[in-house]
Amino acid sequence: MGLFRATVNALRSGLSRTRSALATPLAAMRGRTIDNDSINELERLLLSSDVGTTTTDAIVNELRDAVSRGEKQNRDILELLHDQLVNRLANKKRTLAIAERSPTVILVAGVNGVGKTTSVAKIGRALREENRSVLLAAADTFRAGAVSQLATWSERLGIEIIKGQQGADPAAVTFDAAEAAIARSADVLLIDTAGRLHTQEPLMRQLEKIKQVTSKKVDGAPHEVLLVLDATQGQNTLVQAKRFSEAIDVTGIFLAKLDGTARGGIVFAIEDEIGIPVKLIGIGERPEDVEPFDPEVFVDALINEAVS
Amino acid sequence: MFESLSGKLTGTLRNLSGRGKISESNVRDSMVEVRKALLDADVHVDVVTDFCEEVVQDALGAKVTTSLKPGEEMIGIVNQRLIDLMGPVESGVMLVDPGPTIVMMCGLQGSGKTTTCGKLAAYLKARGKKVSLVAADLQRPAAVEQLQVTANDVNENAKGVGEVTCYAEPEKCGEYGTATGVAVGVCKRGVKHARKNKVDVVILDTAGRLHIDDELMKELRGVQSMTTPHQIFLVVDAMIGQDAVNAASAFHTQLAVDGVILTKFDSDTRGGAALSVKRVTGVPIKFVGTGEKFDALEEFHPERIASRILGMGDVVSLVEKAQEEFSEEDAENIAQKMASGTMTVTDFINQLKSIRRMGPMKSLLGMLPGVGAALKNVQVDDEQFDRIEAIASSMTKKEKNDIKLLGKSRIKRIAKGSGTNPSEVNRFVKQFDMMKKMSKQMAGGGLGSKMGAMKDLAGGMDPASMAGMTGRGSTKTKSNKQRFKRRKRK
Repeated sequence: MGLFRATVNALRSGLSRTRSALATPLAAMRGRTIDNDSINELERLLLSSDVGTTTTDAIVNELRDAVSRGEKQNRDILELLHDQLVNRLANKKRTLAIAERSPTVILVAGVNGVGKTTSVAKIGRALREENRSVLLAAADTFRAGAVSQLATWSERLGIEIIKGQQGADPAAVTFDAAEAAIARSADVLLIDTAGRLHTQEPLMRQLEKIKQVTSKKVDGAPHEVLLVLDATQGQNTLVQAKRFSEAIDVTGIFLAKLDGTARGGIVFAIEDEIGIPVKLIGIGERPEDVEPFDPEVFVDALINEAVS
Repeated sequence: MFESLSGKLTGTLRNLSGRGKISESNVRDSMVEVRKALLDADVHVDVVTDFCEEVVQDALGAKVTTSLKPGEEMIGIVNQRLIDLMGPVESGVMLVDPGPTIVMMCGLQGSGKTTTCGKLAAYLKARGKKVSLVAADLQRPAAVEQLQVTANDVNENAKGVGEVTCYAEPEKCGEYGTATGVAVGVCKRGVKHARKNKVDVVILDTAGRLHIDDELMKELRGVQSMTTPHQIFLVVDAMIGQDAVNAASAFHTQLAVDGVILTKFDSDTRGGAALSVKRVTGVPIKFVGTGEKFDALEEFHPERIASRILGMGDVVSLVEKAQEEFSEEDAENIAQKMASGTMTVTDFINQLKSIRRMGPMKSLLGMLPGVGAALKNVQVDDEQFDRIEAIASSMTKKEKNDIKLLGKSRIKRIAKGSGTNPSEVNRFVKQFDMMKKMSKQMAGGGLGSKMGAMKDLAGGMDPASMAGMTGRGSTKTKSNKQRFKRRKRK
């Protein structure tokens, strides 16, 4: 993923909202040592950043234990937080899987309105920048205008696309696209599916079927199953991740709209409670506004701004 | 993932009341659970803090500490507070005369504005109004086309005598972003067009963006001052997190929003956003979107969100759904048949089909108080009902009317025809018989015999078939085991 604009500065500007919600109040805590008051204030900040009660409790309890053991009394609370957060995100493989034999099949799913189609366009562009040939499959045949939305991106970016008619069977579109990907010896087939709420059992079944179709056509496919989550949503994203994983074995998270949220804390809850790695983040509206998720850079952008 | 708050509250306080008097600090301690439940429901952390303090004051005032059932009393207080906070409700669209009434929609990206425009149009069409949708979202690729298709669909397929059209200038999309005020121009011409065509209501579908975007806010203010809408609706994703407060107040300070529409309410979100948004902006919630079809727009009921947060089920929604499916006549008809014990397989299957049309079994069961929590890890398998339907449709007319006809060879035939096996058919026959008997008893006697029938049912219920209903997961293996056991016994 070398060609993503993985510079700390770009990420920082993209994350400026996250910083102003978490980092600005954090900055006010700079220099405070760890004690019950500062921990309570920290708890409030974490909760208001969508970190969620379970993960917040875990972080806060560890700090409280340290206090009661009489350790770390003189340490800056932000430094301790930094270490905690980085540790929580350590040791996960975050690169996109690429198949040994082309095509690599990437299936993209998520609930309505999280930004799947835009995310697909971003991934497509990034992969093409790495000199891979990409084929898009517009398998969202349900929402009016979804196919033309992806088609517009395909035109703008110059990436080939296989389209289905509105109302067509998305599994059939996927099948055609997989055949086309093999025939044109594309490196990557990127499948955009219709948004569906995880509570809609029949639609989840349909997604299972789409997944099966790819594995029938291509060995080992899908090589990557990306779930797009909306960073502005709250604790329900955890339920989404769980349900989608049960249906289609999600291998990675694309966290979209991270620039729009004043939060971003949901990253810690997802990794902690669900265990699926966040692989990519969307931090803007332009097709190049995508970054591989780097825990160090992410936590630094959150906290070091406040520390430095 | 979520446990029922009402269960926890009763539990915590019941334990205490057993040991004697409950103190103020006990009440405060129980707030830990309330706080967690609200945070898990995505209510903003500061709203939660205030809310808990208010509940404590209420509880002390209501003398929960001396109550015999402090748990239940606390639940009542929390419930009432939640309802007060989210109400009062005034649904509907206020129309002006003479028209057109101008309604402006705004919201974050992906909150469901365009879909909601379609639903609102369908709502007005059902009331005989002539509606024009104006496609002012020039930013998202193909948003204009989505609105055009939606308008067409609603016009052709939604109920009512009204009329729905779409005003769009798709060629302007290219200009968007290069020149300012393009979307404002589209809105202005859209309203003019509506006036000329004697439209009752104009709905402006504006571009969604992140609330931090000054450009967008400028554009929205431009639309507002140019068209002076009578009502401005903010569309909010019910799954939104802690940011709900910032987003809603950003739109509200700029545009003075008149009402909120919560979307994607058919997800399993607890909908804490409703609480935060109402508390911080004071803007009433007008509608909730509950599905992908354009008639899935309902009035907002604070009691229901309160129940969701407390984990108490949603009986009202269940009854409403049932009313849509069953006419009074049908209900009476079937009740009579049940009472006289003359219900046939055909009647049963018709009932089953109507129930299934109401939604997946799990979501229906989840609406019953107490069941939601018990079901949280159970996968209810709707396929089991497919099998029952298949069995019934493989019967002849004669067999359906008199299930007693079924002997070994008929059962074998039905099993073959329905792709099941004879033991499954047998089980269905037994259950159907038992249900018939029981319904007769229930309808027949007083309370005593009803209780008797309930006991019979509980005792006679085949646990394997109960478990079989729940399909995948651990319960399935249990049902297989039990089936195996039964076979051995024979």
